[in-house]
Amino acid sequence: MSDPFPAVTAPLRAVFDEAEKQLSKAFPPHWNPLLNLGALGFFFYWIIIASGVYLFIFFGTGASKAYSSVEYMTSDQWYAGGLMRSFHRYASDGLVVVMLIHLTREFSLDRYRGVRWFSWLTGIPVLLFVYVAGVSGYWLVWDRVAQYVAIVATEWLDHLPFFGQPVARNFLSPDSLEDRFFTLMIFVHVSIPLIALMVLWLHLQRITRPRINPPRGLAIGAGLALVALSIVAPAVSQGPANLAEVPGAVGLDWFYLGAFPLLETLPGPATWSAAVAMLLIVGAAPWLPPLKRPAAAVVDLANCNGCSRCMSDCPYNAITMQLRSDGRPFEGEAVVDHSLCVACGICAGACPTSTPFRRLSDLMPGIDLPGRSIAAIRADTDREAARLAGGTRIMIFGCVNAGVAEACRSRAVGVVGLACSGQLPPAFIDYVISRKLADGVIIAGCAENSCLNRRGGMWTTDRVERRRDPRLRRRIARERVRLVWTGRRGLADLRKEIEALVVSLESLGSDRPVRDREIAASEPGRSDA
Amino acid sequence: MLRLRNFIGQGAFYVAAAAVTGYLAAHPIYHQVPEGDAQIKLALQHGGARVADCRRFTAQELAKMPSAERRPNDCSRERIPVAIALSVDGQTIYEDVLQPTGLSRDGASKTYRKFLVPAGRHVIEARLRDTKRGVGFDYEKRLQAELKPWQNLAIDFNAEQGGFLFR
Repeated sequence: MSDPFPAVTAPLRAVFDEAEKQLSKAFPPHWNPLLNLGALGFFFYWIIIASGVYLFIFFGTGASKAYSSVEYMTSDQWYAGGLMRSFHRYASDGLVVVMLIHLTREFSLDRYRGVRWFSWLTGIPVLLFVYVAGVSGYWLVWDRVAQYVAIVATEWLDHLPFFGQPVARNFLSPDSLEDRFFTLMIFVHVSIPLIALMVLWLHLQRITRPRINPPRGLAIGAGLALVALSIVAPAVSQGPANLAEVPGAVGLDWFYLGAFPLLETLPGPATWSAAVAMLLIVGAAPWLPPLKRPAAAVVDLANCNGCSRCMSDCPYNAITMQLRSDGRPFEGEAVVDHSLCVACGICAGACPTSTPFRRLSDLMPGIDLPGRSIAAIRADTDREAARLAGGTRIMIFGCVNAGVAEACRSRAVGVVGLACSGQLPPAFIDYVISRKLADGVIIAGCAENSCLNRRGGMWTTDRVERRRDPRLRRRIARERVRLVWTGRRGLADLRKEIEALVVSLESLGSDRPVRDREIAASEPGRSDA
Repeated sequence: MLRLRNFIGQGAFYVAAAAVTGYLAAHPIYHQVPEGDAQIKLALQHGGARVADCRRFTAQELAKMPSAERRPNDCSRERIPVAIALSVDGQTIYEDVLQPTGLSRDGASKTYRKFLVPAGRHVIEARLRDTKRGVGFDYEKRLQAELKPWQNLAIDFNAEQGGFLFR
């Protein structure tokens, strides 16, 4: 799973981690904008569509009508059309920003190879479509920026050997301009976003429960920011286009038109070659080199009762339930699609047969990871527990992607690695506490709401908080368990949590024997399966 | 539970994001053409003469042709290159021989060029040769004009309208 471009991704990752950390000081984890980039993109997209529909009602198609109709909306109808125009522009800017950050972040986290190639590849045309739609939108206003955009774009297209007559000749002089261009641009500007939406649907096909709506608090915040910006700095035209003059100085929207000065000044073959090369490299990135995937999860039918919890928790739609094939009296059985499995082990964490208490038979859950089995995790847990000494002993189950738990190993702190925090069945917490292997348990994973494998942290939290099956048993005092979502840069925070847990456990100390006796009395025989 | 500090932090983030977005949506201003300069834009799409003149098929040649393919003249498709020159105040700023387009070299010769000149009074001359005459030009046009800063003077060509068109 080694990252092929550490020199590039490590600094990027550090920047994203720091930004995530800083934002988490102001935002609750589920509101953090950096962890809701896709949902924010959709939010901006819907604003663009809604405002675009309104603008289209009043827009005059044609060289002579376009500018005046936009001016009418901006000036005479500033309270509605003008605001809509500003929403349309700034939401478009927001969309391209969150898309670029989303792409860069996924690259930095190495979340574009392996089974994720599909989402990566389908995201690229979406980005291109958004750019084309944005550029065509600037064209429609037919102000001086539009004139600049039209001329540079058509001159760039004319470097291709496809056009019989140079397209840029249409903007040679005022009398060479024709209305059909505006009709074409309207068609492009309306149809391309709809195509982008269809590709977005494909983009989300291989993940379960994609977040396409931002949390309400984040949506309200982003919406208010958009409204405030539209009022303080409304989008305005920059004077009518006049082909008898050069738009010598223009205020470009650098989010969409940032490359235009380069297209204008550099040789066409060079810019086209660079654009195509960049597109090919980005498109081929998932295979440069391909990810050496760990073995996919495997189902052991002898232990699978078809409960479908693994299917519900799989973040990548890799598990389906099919009719029972072994004749046992269960309705269904889990089937893993190896081409979709990222080997996160969340399915094993969801399986009710993944219990470390089993001693009479081999510890073979209904579904398991060959590369990091539940049996191996139990063996590591036992080994670490045997090593622990000291007054208050802590067992950390740490996600290897978060990667900070290992540094905390000591005489009193044991560490067991997981493919993902979601791989840990809650029965392991029960096992550690009730068997007195340690006094407290910490589950350490990726930053909250930012699980590398999607949903691992969320499902773990829900299981430990007894909101989702398999739940942590009630006999375990919740105070003995801490969930630490710090990610890769959270070593200091994890150490603080260890210290805090030790203090907390020491204050619980006198209750412990009593509680343990209560447990034994209240749930006899339930622990050993 | 959200605290005041959270709201202040979120507010600061939204203000910063909105400020950056609002600024970069129209700033900094891009100067495409220096102030004080005007632009001359030359766009041409014109086919030169055929490489070989048409000749009439002889009666014998026509007789040998399938009836559906008989035509009076034998004309070559290939065109000759078009020579073009543009000068400002007597100084040539562009001179080229434009090859015909198309796999059979039977398409129009094309060019699309932009030149910056200081604003002010200029004498602009455009010349074009599209025949096999070898020396001299078939079309010439001269314009004395006062070009304003950032003015765009378009030079087009249309043989049917007499050659060069200054717009």
